[in-house]
Amino acid sequence: MSQVHKEAVLEAENREFLVFSLGEEEYAIDILKVQEIRGYENVTRIANAPDFIKGVTNLRGVIVPIVDLRIKFHLDSVEYGGQTVVIVVNVADRIVGIVVDGVSDVMMLTPEQIKPAPEFGVTLSSDFLSGLGSLDDRMLVLVDIDKLLTSEEMALVDTTSNQ
Amino acid sequence: MDITDFFDTFFEEAEELLADMEQHLLELDIDDPDSEQLNAIFRAAHSIKGGAGTFGFTVLQKTTHIFENLLDYARKGEMTLRADLVDTFLEAKDIMHEQLNAYRSEEEPDQEAFERICQTLQQIALEEIGEGLEAATSIPAQPAPVEEPAPVQPQETAESSSSEGTGLVVALLNVGEKDRTLLVEELEQLGTIESQSGDEKRYEVVLDSSVSGDDIEAVMCFIIEPEQIEIRPAAGAAAAPAEVQAPNQASEPTAAEKPVVAPAAPAASEPPVQKPESKTKKPEPKSKKAAAESSSIRVSVDKVDQIINLVGELIITQSMLDQTVSDLEDQSVGNSSLQNGMSLLQRNARDLQEAVMSIRMIPMEFVFSRFPRVVRDTAGKLNKEIELVTEGKSTELDKSLVERITDPLTHLVRNSLDHGIEMPDVREAKGKPRTGKLTLSARHQGGNILIEVRDDGAGMDREVLLKKARESGLNVSDTMSDEEVWQLIFAPGFSTAKEVTDVSGRGVGMDVVKRNIQGMGGRVEIQSKKEEGTNTRIVLPLTLAILDGMSIKVGRETFILPLSTVLESLQPAQEDMYAMAGDDVVLKVRDEYLPVIAIHEALDVKDAITDPTKSIAVIVQGEGRRYAMLVDELVGQQQVVVKNLEDNYRKVPGISAATILGDGSVALILDISGLHRLSRVKKESRKPVNNQPLSFYKEAEPS
Repeated sequence: MSQVHKEAVLEAENREFLVFSLGEEEYAIDILKVQEIRGYENVTRIANAPDFIKGVTNLRGVIVPIVDLRIKFHLDSVEYGGQTVVIVVNVADRIVGIVVDGVSDVMMLTPEQIKPAPEFGVTLSSDFLSGLGSLDDRMLVLVDIDKLLTSEEMALVDTTSNQ
Repeated sequence: MDITDFFDTFFEEAEELLADMEQHLLELDIDDPDSEQLNAIFRAAHSIKGGAGTFGFTVLQKTTHIFENLLDYARKGEMTLRADLVDTFLEAKDIMHEQLNAYRSEEEPDQEAFERICQTLQQIALEEIGEGLEAATSIPAQPAPVEEPAPVQPQETAESSSSEGTGLVVALLNVGEKDRTLLVEELEQLGTIESQSGDEKRYEVVLDSSVSGDDIEAVMCFIIEPEQIEIRPAAGAAAAPAEVQAPNQASEPTAAEKPVVAPAAPAASEPPVQKPESKTKKPEPKSKKAAAESSSIRVSVDKVDQIINLVGELIITQSMLDQTVSDLEDQSVGNSSLQNGMSLLQRNARDLQEAVMSIRMIPMEFVFSRFPRVVRDTAGKLNKEIELVTEGKSTELDKSLVERITDPLTHLVRNSLDHGIEMPDVREAKGKPRTGKLTLSARHQGGNILIEVRDDGAGMDREVLLKKARESGLNVSDTMSDEEVWQLIFAPGFSTAKEVTDVSGRGVGMDVVKRNIQGMGGRVEIQSKKEEGTNTRIVLPLTLAILDGMSIKVGRETFILPLSTVLESLQPAQEDMYAMAGDDVVLKVRDEYLPVIAIHEALDVKDAITDPTKSIAVIVQGEGRRYAMLVDELVGQQQVVVKNLEDNYRKVPGISAATILGDGSVALILDISGLHRLSRVKKESRKPVNNQPLSFYKEAEPS
């Protein structure tokens, strides 16, 4: 009982993040949101959708939309190769795949290592950030993937039908 | 495990019990009620009460409690049933249903309705039981019916004497402090507690109650074991129950046992009088339940969907393997046992898929069972006499459709009752039987299911419909065929009702019915003959989960067209294409000008054939209109498993759903009317940029 309790406390204090890269930058999302990581496969294009929505793919019988965060964050080079990774996340009862350049690490961050996010530029509103993680000389941008993917500008969730 | 985990089970069970209760109430013959049915209604109320009590749904518990008491009087023949009483019972059932729904959505039930129904029920209890008393005193004078070994009447004497207030001593054996408090509270609800004393080992409560010891025991058994209860009549009232028990028991056992039971009761101290009776009674509902449960299990839809998904995956894997094997065959390195295995796997996989899909199928009875009530209520409001006939109850339909067909069907039934079937006097004057007949039928027809709502009413009046249509500004002509005229009632805002009645004119029109049915991939047809009646036919696909599709190619992309929408395909000739004002193009097909939808334009497909004469025009039908759809290539016909896009994404204009193809890739299923709207929007938005008429269309010639 006490063992379980201890672990729970530990979890509440230190959070684990999955670190991924978009170009030169390092981002991280809460590991509990991640369902699986897979390679980039052919997707079926959805007409008239924003360019960062690559389309939908078949994940063991489930139709899953694929979002390219590199396009969303206006990265210069967007290439699809053997190394391109899709992180399948589970947010708001939905399954969404996000395309990133690579997955590097799983990190444990203590509350002291998480700093509040400053006001950002236009591409990434600080609303979608849960903070900045500092780890030695590395800086991780902690993305609130829930908020980001359910936000109106992502156009992933039908706001009218979900009201 | 949390107690809330059991809530759903209770809700579902209670829902079924309420439905049972309603069915029995409706079938009840008021003049000669079937005691088995009354018992069934009572048991349903009792079970709900028990569950509600366990989960702390107090309002529901109290309502069922009062209701149950009344039913108890009724089943014991102490209360004479009347039509208006059954109405009140039905209302009580509705309110209990509302309360159940409220608890389900985690809200507090409507307090006002609760108080009202409780008051009404209590009022009935007071009035009826008063009468019952009088009746009871007069009954013993009459000879008891011969065929029945006097079960009912003598009991009436018993109950009526006990309803004057029988003292009962309820002893609780080895019941802990906490449970005891609960039980005493429970007993307070059943009557007046005159005194209570004792300790944990034996705690005696003297109760002045009209409820029989049997029922008290049944109620308390929700909390403790039957062995822990001992109920005997209090000394003062002992004489009356003694008489009661004797004839009661005598009904079944031989006369020899009579003296044994009779003296035992007044002895009053040790023997638990009610025990033997309750023992024989208890197992009955239990065994019934067991029998019902053994033939079916309750499974969550999620689990079934998961199995369907997995089987779908299996089929895809199988067809991938199949492809590989046939490639091997081509290179003549084929192995016949591999071949045989493959074809066996293919057959098994298909069988498995069919079997799994059939899990989702439920009989139409689930839909039809609610209509006796609808018809009864509606007929009552309209003062009409209606007989409801249902056919093909066992016809099976996909669960998702069953849920969605109920509302449109209710609307059609109400419509038939209100507008179709005439008042009894009018019918008589026409030489028809006074009672109108409404038939609900369901049956398979090819790959579809056909649901009919037939009445033998006045039928539709062509002239009236045309006149109404003109008044509401619809474009009609006298030369229209009957079928076209009947379809007018589906126009938005169209109503043939002379005035808004309680039954119709609620703002839900036939247009909504039609839209709902079309949303399910079905269609509505009407057949009507004046003075003979109207038949509304709904044709639905068997399931929403599988669709017969035509796969087409545009550029390098594959799409699926629902086969039911495809009429024909042809190669458009240059001279049949006409450019209209703006950017619109029509295709002339046998004297008909069809709007052209170029898929590559509407869906921005790259590398598609842009010259219409080199593409294929598929003539499709959507929402009652026809379109010519330009595609690059027809690939073939195949059954596809329909996957919802909105589960993880959003609604996409022009696309109704998605599916997974044999190679594991996703193909989108086209929505024809959505595509048409989309192509119009595209053309609108392109207009200021590109004003050039497309060169390969010749100008429409004024005719």
